[in-house]
Amino acid sequence: MSSAVSLVDVVKRYRRGKESVEVLHHLNLDIGEGEFVAIMGPSGSGKSTLLNLIGGLDRADSGAVTVAGHRIDQLSGGELTRWRAGNVGFIFQFYNLMPALSAAANVELPLLLLPLSRAQRRARVNAALEIVGLSDRARHKPSELSGGQQQRVAIARALVSDPPILVGDEPTGDLDRTTANEVLDLLRTLSQQFGKTVVMVTHDQKAADVATRQLHVDKGQLADSGRLS
Amino acid sequence: MKYLKYHPLIWIGTLAMKYLPLIWAGLTRKKLMTTFTLLSIVVAFLLFGLLQGVNSAFSRGVEGAHLDRLVVQGKVSMTDQLPEAYRQQIANVAGVTGLTFASWFGGYYQDTKNSIFSFAVDASTYFALFPEIHLPRNELDALVKTRTGAVIGRALADKYGWKIGDTIPIKSTIWTKTDGTADWSFQVVGVFTTPGDPGAEQRLFLNNDYFDEARSLNKGMVGWYSVRIDDPSHSTAISAAIDRLFANSDHETKTVTEKEFQQAFLKQIGDINFIVSSIVGAVFFALLFLTGNTMMQSVRERIPEFAVLKTLGYSDRAVLTLVVAEGLALSLTAAVLGLVGAAAAFPMLQDFVGVPSLPPAVVGQGLFYAVLLALVTALAPGLRVARLNIVDALAGR
Repeated sequence: MSSAVSLVDVVKRYRRGKESVEVLHHLNLDIGEGEFVAIMGPSGSGKSTLLNLIGGLDRADSGAVTVAGHRIDQLSGGELTRWRAGNVGFIFQFYNLMPALSAAANVELPLLLLPLSRAQRRARVNAALEIVGLSDRARHKPSELSGGQQQRVAIARALVSDPPILVGDEPTGDLDRTTANEVLDLLRTLSQQFGKTVVMVTHDQKAADVATRQLHVDKGQLADSGRLS
Repeated sequence: MKYLKYHPLIWIGTLAMKYLPLIWAGLTRKKLMTTFTLLSIVVAFLLFGLLQGVNSAFSRGVEGAHLDRLVVQGKVSMTDQLPEAYRQQIANVAGVTGLTFASWFGGYYQDTKNSIFSFAVDASTYFALFPEIHLPRNELDALVKTRTGAVIGRALADKYGWKIGDTIPIKSTIWTKTDGTADWSFQVVGVFTTPGDPGAEQRLFLNNDYFDEARSLNKGMVGWYSVRIDDPSHSTAISAAIDRLFANSDHETKTVTEKEFQQAFLKQIGDINFIVSSIVGAVFFALLFLTGNTMMQSVRERIPEFAVLKTLGYSDRAVLTLVVAEGLALSLTAAVLGLVGAAAAFPMLQDFVGVPSLPPAVVGQGLFYAVLLALVTALAPGLRVARLNIVDALAGR
């Protein structure tokens, strides 16, 4: 299995006032293509920072970050923005949909950046909504959808531009157990059937159990990693 | 044909259509706030269209002033009368190629609100000096021959339904007749046009011979002389030469260019340009704060949404462009509505300004200000989202 995510000797510090706090300490990590990885750990352990580095939202202070075959730590700001558009799909805890746009228009957002015709964009949006089982809700606004449906719209938005990596920050954190299981099943399907590499931060052990591998981050370092069946 | 899609306008249009739902979503997120802001801008541009339109109509006469014409008027005030006897002396000044005179009659029809811009002129010389007034030869001859005759502009004729042969009663606010009344009547003998300056068709010209004979005061005096000169570059020297002729006399003169004369004439009504500029300036200044505050508040409330857009791959420039596009959409929509309103109201002002439609230059000026307003008010919030740190914004910091 080739590597989808590779972090070598990564250090990340934050400035808090005059102090510099090291959040990740010489961290090494390797995630294979198509893996479904759950990152767990206590609050402040650095798991969200790790996710932000993988997603190209933040930069490491030192070390090498290679994601989807690109050394993203060496990209300029503009290059990193373009890289994100084509290589990573993001799923947030609170969905972060545009309230004034319909489900279809929300899913279409990443496609506006690509040189696609309106018909091509519409076809891709329909396909993404079909995958998440919300074809019949395309015209609904987020306020007209349940939490689970909103998160599925967010997943459709994340995968509509067909990125190899999906990253989720507590994607089931705002959902009840049943709905959370539906969303996790969907993520597993995307990993298993569509070959997407899914990296998810979660506090929920039941959610983590769905992943093929669990990583535990503690005090800025990987505590252990277990590959599950 | 295949290169047509690369035309800048088509490219911008395609891009605008593509992002229109996103721009529209931003604007309609808080419908009430957007509506009130829109209405404020509409009212501001309605006011701008009306005031600037009036100002433009008034200025048109000044802009159309001929450089080869001078006006000889009283030195102390333009209302001071000058002796008709000056005529020959002015005509003898080197460089003077034509000469006529006129007096302000100041009349109204039936009611004081129906002002008639009327002038007593020397019919045989006046129209030769003002070729922009198109009066048929036979009608000019009729004016010269008919002592109580008058010629009127096409707009004035249309306004009151006057036609050649009609006798029209005009009351003067200045001149009483020898019989003690201010009731004058004139026979319409001609209708003139002034192509390109419909406002000038509100005027009435009457015979000075009849006017001078019938009035009770200031007989043998004229309001001002209009002088045509051989070369506009000689205007200063010729003006000085004319004024020297009458220095230290009972009626000293002040010779100015036609443009200066018309500006001074308008200032008798009031410095319209200053008044309009002051009002419009104050309105736009207030609007700047109102729209700027709305844009800033709207963007501040949507910081997480912009952070998500940047997460999805929207560049700093793209989010800045979106905010500016929102500002442009709001400002231009309101400006168009306001200017359309002003254009619709303009025909009702025709009696006052003499121009039946909103001048296109005012529309262009309005749209330019709308773009300027959008850029100024959207730039600060736009830069804020462009510089947004995604991680901090998503974390609500």
